[in-house]
Amino acid sequence: MSAITDRDLGPGGIRGYLAEFRRNVLRRHPTMAIGGGLLILMILSAILAPFLFTVDPIALSPIQRLRVPSGDHWFGTDMFGRDIYSRTIYGTRISLVVGLAAAVLSITIGLVIGMTAGYIRLLDAILMRIMDGLMAIPGILLAIALVSLSGASLITVTIAITIPEIPRVVRLVRAIVLSVREEPYVEAAVAAGTRLPLILIRHILPNTIPPLIVQATYVCASAMLTESILGFLGVGTPPEIPSWGNIMAEGRTYFQIAPWIIFFPGALLALTVLAVNVLGDGLRDTLDPRIAKKM
Amino acid sequence: MDQATQAVLDIRGLTVRLPARADRENAVEEVSFSVLPREILCVVGESGSGKSVTAHTVMGLLPPKQLTATAGEVLLQGDDLLKKSSAEMRRLRGARMSMIFQEPMTALNPLISIGDQIEEILQIHTEMSGSERMARVIEVMTAVSLPEPERLIHSYPHQLSGGQRQRVMIAGALALEPALLIADEPTTALDVTTQAQILKLVKEIQRTHGMAVLFITHDFGVVAEIADRVVVMQHGKVVEQGEAKGVLTNPQHPYTQMLISSVPSMTPPARPPRTDAPVVLETRDLCKTYRDKSLFRMARETRAAHNVELNVRRGEILGVVGESGSGKSTLARCIVRLISPTSGQILIDGHDIAHLSARRLRENRRLVQIVFQDPYRSLNPRRTVGASIVEGPMNFNVGKAEALTRAQDLMKLVGLDPDALDRFPHQFSGGQRQRICIARALAMEPEVLIADEAVSALDVSVQAQVLDLLDDVRKRFNLAILFITHDLRVAAQVCDRIAVMYKGEIVEHGVAAEVFRAPQHEYTQALFDAAPGRDFEFGRFEVAEAAG
Repeated sequence: MSAITDRDLGPGGIRGYLAEFRRNVLRRHPTMAIGGGLLILMILSAILAPFLFTVDPIALSPIQRLRVPSGDHWFGTDMFGRDIYSRTIYGTRISLVVGLAAAVLSITIGLVIGMTAGYIRLLDAILMRIMDGLMAIPGILLAIALVSLSGASLITVTIAITIPEIPRVVRLVRAIVLSVREEPYVEAAVAAGTRLPLILIRHILPNTIPPLIVQATYVCASAMLTESILGFLGVGTPPEIPSWGNIMAEGRTYFQIAPWIIFFPGALLALTVLAVNVLGDGLRDTLDPRIAKKM
Repeated sequence: MDQATQAVLDIRGLTVRLPARADRENAVEEVSFSVLPREILCVVGESGSGKSVTAHTVMGLLPPKQLTATAGEVLLQGDDLLKKSSAEMRRLRGARMSMIFQEPMTALNPLISIGDQIEEILQIHTEMSGSERMARVIEVMTAVSLPEPERLIHSYPHQLSGGQRQRVMIAGALALEPALLIADEPTTALDVTTQAQILKLVKEIQRTHGMAVLFITHDFGVVAEIADRVVVMQHGKVVEQGEAKGVLTNPQHPYTQMLISSVPSMTPPARPPRTDAPVVLETRDLCKTYRDKSLFRMARETRAAHNVELNVRRGEILGVVGESGSGKSTLARCIVRLISPTSGQILIDGHDIAHLSARRLRENRRLVQIVFQDPYRSLNPRRTVGASIVEGPMNFNVGKAEALTRAQDLMKLVGLDPDALDRFPHQFSGGQRQRICIARALAMEPEVLIADEAVSALDVSVQAQVLDLLDDVRKRFNLAILFITHDLRVAAQVCDRIAVMYKGEIVEHGVAAEVFRAPQHEYTQALFDAAPGRDFEFGRFEVAEAAG
């Protein structure tokens, strides 16, 4: 019996996947439904933050500082009397925006570079050596360097997180391109005089989508973590922005007397990263036909 | 029944159910046959006939939960295997029955030396000491004619040739002197000359060790070569069984008749020579050399094709035959210009396309089209077949409407429903996909069509239909066809002239009838001698009703 590859996935592109999704996935992969559901909840709370019984997340109230969690302040308050619940909910926005932006950016850029490297032999060696170079730099270090060069802002942080992720995406895409370009249907298209850009878009790109969706979830999760780490180290988003990392960094010195400052954003961060990872695992299982076929 | 005639393996009314949503209810249904001591029983059938499922049921190797035997008995020397626990089956496998597989590379563990892999079987099933085991390993390796067994036991699978690996598999199967050897298409992945050696070995082993052999194959040549008795399966049912000679010369069931009639003859039919037609494709001194460049050692050169000179006239089929690694596919890919030749000329209608620039090459892409071997990978699974067929013409500025009309005509021409253009490849069978690939190639209105093992992956009955289609296309469009194959029978049937390739060079070249009647080069002679069932002329039966 021949090896099962993604060609057994059947046709229909995205629409096909969606139909498949409705039919099987939710019932067969409850973990994926849980991960996806949690993530949707996070996104909703980020969008609807002002309506979720929050107060101004940066409003100072020195009288009420370091209050324990209560009916008035669900998650307590910090040393400046700011409401941790409001800050954490607003912080969801930062984490999600950074996570999603880093995922979209690194996948898009990685896809273009990876396809080029995989199909054009001349550029392959050059591009891959650059990628090797990028991979040799620790991500956090690069982020710190970039932020200190161009100042702390949401955009700088996103770029700083995106760059180290690109080589991984490039390698993934390049590997797929290298194997798909040998497929007879691609060679038949070459023999039929199809131009290179069309071959890449029509015949090769669709094969990279399923693994890239999975990769995107991992990038997203790791970007959210890195963002918090940068915030915690004080080189992330500007301190006035309530990101989870910033809240935890500020709460660090008060950990022994007010542990809730760190606990709530920390727990939410863990939960979000878990949700994204579970979703990614589920997607991998459904989109990888070798595993899907065994169901 | 006395010991001498009691069947080694007796299958009675075996039914194996397929999972829900399969194309039929049972993989095998009410299958009954027996393997007698000291005989080779061939189970022959096309893909999906249930022959492998039957063998895997005997070995207890069915994928759990997906395929389950629902009725019948499988008696190995009187013990019903279907009633055994998995621990009992484990003790039986290897000891009283063993199996060899199609792909000897994947059936051996690449990380363990072959001596250790054979020894493992002895270690599990016997109480032998280390030195006794080693002696036995050497003994069985000698029995399967592996050279220098003392040295070879330390080798790893990748260091052996395909034929040697299959010998190792057989040695492992022999180690415990089982009563039954099951061989599941053991020679299908091998070259003809290697296949001939392995078949000879199986026959020899069966005689000297007095084993019963259940041999599964799709190739009637192989059946003619080694079978004592034959079981013919179709759609999971046994349609005919009996003495090999009787079934081959006087088949009763229409399906068997159709199968045997589809086996191409080794004698080429008389064809008028085409010396007057103009030469469309000509190669001069065509070379393709691969250089394995390395900083630290001498560059290694592989001459995949060397000084290949051939020509094909309009309306003519030139067959290029050879074994794997002979360079025939390299030649095809050079002529289609999927790869660039190292030197030499490729003349299409007198114009050299061997060294065109990328842009000039693209303009000339229409001239040569190719049909590949694997019908499952030749069409983009995510695009409709219509989109695949019109892709080429639309690259050359044919309007979409016009291209689609042409595609519909071509679908009719290759014997498919013209309205099926908006379906996806997975909705077609292998043979139908190959027809679509031919339609796609014809849509370009090429001067030369290259068929690179285009029928090799197809069942014999489908193969005959696709060959007919190719011949029809040749006549209709007066096409020059370069037909690349490893199968001498197929080559004999469709080719006007034959070129035999060996190690990158054409060693013999001539009119098909001449080459087959009196091969000149010693390699050609060896190749022809190795063709299974070469002395057996398969009959042509008037099939009363369409079977299958």
